[in-house]
Amino acid sequence: MQSEGYVAHHFPNLAQQEHAARLGMWLFLTTEILLFTGLFTAYAVYRFLFPEAFAEASHLLSAPLGTVNTVVLITSSLTVALAYHFARHGAGRTAGLLLLATLAFAAAFLVIKGFEWTHDIHEGLLPGRYFIYPEFHAVGGPMFFTLYFLMTGLHGIHVVIGMAVLAVIAVQCFRGAYDHGYTTPVELGGMYWHLVDLVWIFLYPLLYLI
Amino acid sequence: MSQSLASTPPPPGELVPAYNTRNYLNAESGILSWLLTRDHKRIGIMYLVATTVSFFLGGVFAMLIRIELLTPGPTIMSAMTYNRMFTLHGVVMIFLFMIPAIPGAFGNFFIPIMVGAKDVAFPKLNLLSFYLYLLGAAIALYGMIHGGADTGWTFYTPYSTTTVTKVVPILLGAFVLGFSSILTGLNFIVTAHTLRAPGLTWMRMPLFVWSIYATSIIQILATPVLGITLLLVAVEHAFGFGVFDPARGGDPILFQHLFWFYSHPAVYIMVLPGMAVISEVIQTAARQTIFGYRAVAFSSLGIAFVGFFTWGHHLFTSGQSTLDAGIFGVLSMFVGIFTAIKVFNWTATLYKGAVKFTTPFAYVCGFLFFLVFGGLTGIALATVSLDVHWQDTYFIVAHFHFIMVGGTIMAWLAGLHYWWPKLFGRTYSDAWGLVSATFIILGFNATFIPQFLLGNYGMPRRYYSYPERFWALNVASTAGASLLAFGFLIILVYLLISLKHGRLSGPNPWNSRGYEWETLSPPPVENFLENPVFRRAPHDYTADGSGGASGDGPEVKHAV
Amino acid sequence: MNEIMRRMLFLPEQGSAYAAEVDKLHYFVITITMISAFGVAAAALLLFIRYRRKSDTQTTERVEPRAVHEILFIGVPLGFFLLWFAIGFPLFVKLHTPPKDAMDVYVQGKKWMWKFAYPGGPNGVDVLRVPAGRPVRLLITSRDVIHSFFVPDFRLKQDAVPGRYSETWFTALAPGRHQVFCAEYCGIGHSAMLAEIISMDPAEYDTWIAETRRNPTTVAAQDTPEDRLDPRTSLPEQGRRLSAEYGCFKCHTVDGTRHIGPTWLDLYRKTEKLKDGKTVLADEAYLTESMMDPAAKLVAGYQNVMPTFQGRIPAPEIAAIVEFIKSLRTDTVRPEPSKGPVYVPVPGFDPTSAR
Repeated sequence: MQSEGYVAHHFPNLAQQEHAARLGMWLFLTTEILLFTGLFTAYAVYRFLFPEAFAEASHLLSAPLGTVNTVVLITSSLTVALAYHFARHGAGRTAGLLLLATLAFAAAFLVIKGFEWTHDIHEGLLPGRYFIYPEFHAVGGPMFFTLYFLMTGLHGIHVVIGMAVLAVIAVQCFRGAYDHGYTTPVELGGMYWHLVDLVWIFLYPLLYLI
Repeated sequence: MSQSLASTPPPPGELVPAYNTRNYLNAESGILSWLLTRDHKRIGIMYLVATTVSFFLGGVFAMLIRIELLTPGPTIMSAMTYNRMFTLHGVVMIFLFMIPAIPGAFGNFFIPIMVGAKDVAFPKLNLLSFYLYLLGAAIALYGMIHGGADTGWTFYTPYSTTTVTKVVPILLGAFVLGFSSILTGLNFIVTAHTLRAPGLTWMRMPLFVWSIYATSIIQILATPVLGITLLLVAVEHAFGFGVFDPARGGDPILFQHLFWFYSHPAVYIMVLPGMAVISEVIQTAARQTIFGYRAVAFSSLGIAFVGFFTWGHHLFTSGQSTLDAGIFGVLSMFVGIFTAIKVFNWTATLYKGAVKFTTPFAYVCGFLFFLVFGGLTGIALATVSLDVHWQDTYFIVAHFHFIMVGGTIMAWLAGLHYWWPKLFGRTYSDAWGLVSATFIILGFNATFIPQFLLGNYGMPRRYYSYPERFWALNVASTAGASLLAFGFLIILVYLLISLKHGRLSGPNPWNSRGYEWETLSPPPVENFLENPVFRRAPHDYTADGSGGASGDGPEVKHAV
Repeated sequence: MNEIMRRMLFLPEQGSAYAAEVDKLHYFVITITMISAFGVAAAALLLFIRYRRKSDTQTTERVEPRAVHEILFIGVPLGFFLLWFAIGFPLFVKLHTPPKDAMDVYVQGKKWMWKFAYPGGPNGVDVLRVPAGRPVRLLITSRDVIHSFFVPDFRLKQDAVPGRYSETWFTALAPGRHQVFCAEYCGIGHSAMLAEIISMDPAEYDTWIAETRRNPTTVAAQDTPEDRLDPRTSLPEQGRRLSAEYGCFKCHTVDGTRHIGPTWLDLYRKTEKLKDGKTVLADEAYLTESMMDPAAKLVAGYQNVMPTFQGRIPAPEIAAIVEFIKSLRTDTVRPEPSKGPVYVPVPGFDPTSAR
């Protein structure tokens, strides 16, 4: 192990540095969850105000596509977890390939999401004052689609950020940067990706199922 | 137990230099060495400069507001300009000055030193958060130059979503500043957890670190909610999605709940660092360990916790149910208790101490008075039936200026004067310090006590013109504000002079037993010449080293 | 004592029945606040004088608190805080519970004026006349942004929020004039959004309102043309017109016959039996809720077929419809529509120059 080279000057040893990195990442993920919490609160309030409209509006979304996307994203979490596993055992190339698979799943997720959005926009299922879907008059409908676009939009941005992070880590994997016992970036990137996945796991039932 | 030292004492016979010539300031030179530095001390100094510039900018807005209010009608500006002025005053003072001032400057500089580390846990992230601060400030400044917003810093919907002014850049600026604040807080928490030097148990951690730690918790938990809320307002203003628009089924009160869920804890983000500074200064000034270390340390966490459950007291008159008002009212009473604990413990610290009246101590006295007065008027406001009259009047304005200016800025000045020799290795004239402290404390009272009375009298806040019966008190307030401004200018002058011509201070001009005074002034790049080991609690002024702050010293004497 | 304290603290006159009670708590709280603030500062200075530093390296004896100190530090302030709350909260409840016999006035904030409407007419802008000694309930809303109805003399403040009604009440003690401010920032005209409450001798007030209703005259309302609420007609009358426009009469009758929905006759303050077995009092809140969210409390024996009107009817129009329903009482209902526009200029008061 040549891990000593990775220790920054202000840490006494690698273990402490990794502990710090992990703690920092957990705190950062907390802030990310709270960022979404604002939107979840708004969703809860408006669902309480317009229960029927929200139930009706959610049926206008394609549950099958949402389900496929959920499966895709959960699978991508598995590949990320496997990538970390292999990186930790010194198989940087395998880890890199698994990260590429994750990126492919993420791209598939975005493509499916893109189809859904195109369909919604085409139908006039749009936020707020842009809502022009003809057969829907309940007041909460436009509000549902406001929240739908804001929530999936913010989640989509997180998917893109996560992809960028994982892409950088994948390149580093192929370069063999993590073959020597220092795998913290893979771990942190994986944690971030799991968060992206976790948020979707909450969005999926809220928007598509109930 | 050895007499103490955090770092290894200099070998006998070798003199401690009056000025450490190989310090963080001159370790590298050139502008790039500052802009790309990862040294927490340099980042702290850059925060100090940036927040001070913001403070003077916000101060100029404040003076313009006060001049406009000299007469009941229009004085020097139009109503639109006035509305922008008070918005910008609020935004600049809160987001660019109050929130980052103490954590950004003193927190960055002293937390690693106080825990005996060479740097914060994530130095690159630290630099990033400084640049996010600059970016947020730049976006907000862009908005200000291109018209500014006229919504008040509270951005209440639906006014903020329908106004024609440039509210979006200000909102985005505040959003970015929020991220800067989150990253700083994250860094401090991880630093306190992972980089404490050997011997530094949690119960020996300096109270400054405890208090900033509590602040950081609030920053991490509350700021993201503000971020998303401000983004929603920006989106709503730009596209009209209707999230807070009653005409589309939206609820404007939801905004107030989300906003105050952050912004009430944000009050503690602003005042807890002030309390952090006071805890350090008062122990040095009194040469006495804090009275009740655990009480003071844990009350910071108490404030951080209970502060999250009181936001509803900003909505007593907005049509909230009486039950909600009652719950939020009673919870607000409890948050006041933690502050009371601190105040009593600080005051009791002077008992059987050896007190010296210096400039920092003058600000501590001012702080105690203002914090108690401002804090109790806060409790008075949470007494629901009284709030009905005071809500949105000058009473509120005076109350939070007592906490913010009278509390946090007094503490900031106390910290600035207390740590100045450590920052730059030179001292200022204590006489001038006391002169300006007198101006500031008197000017502050003269500015804001009339505003309490104006609030009682019924003058609502954010008024451009007012009935003539409010005239005299407004003139008194403006007169006080000019004293205050004059006091700040004196400080600026003598501190700048001291940078070049000040007497060399030596490592410990106050004879303090705080950890940060163990190292040289200005500190070397890695803070201590050797890795420190803490063998005693901070601020142990007993003759025999028995004054362990947490009571873990050999023997503990009880008060009568 | 009350008078000295009131003047010292620059409090305005106590114009409402509860103002003196609010002020008493105010004096108590502020006195304790001042004593504590000066007390702590004085303690700090006295301790400084007693324990001045003698030498720069002077050591001190460690003083560690006993439990009793911390209990006192917590207990004494907490005792005061809870005492204040115990006095203040019941008072707040009182401030928010209008007496049953209160007369209603609808208040609408709008950039930048206050509009007042009595259920039986007339309507006015920026001047509200009330009888002294009788409780008045204000039902407050806003047309655009959030405003706040603030009467310092009455120690009364209530936000005017668009899309919802909030209520508050007062009893003016004696005839006199009281300034109304807008306390929630609302733009360029915020500080000019003033109004006045004129409390009159009850007998004079009765004469005035009867006169006003008898002699129909136009009032120069400072209003935009798209304002569908014509200030010259009484609220119930507007409500009748609006109900017809929104198609309420397709399902609801006003003569007591059962149709798709319950009749509106005598509906106000009737106790309705709900589908889930509970009962509900058909007050303003319930009537408004049923328009916004008809399914929430469905009356037993009726189908859930009514569409929601949330967001489709502006708040002032809801008020008009509610007032119309309230006016439908067996003993007052008349076959012919009630009389048209009613308003007289008050002697010496020109609503266009009320400021």
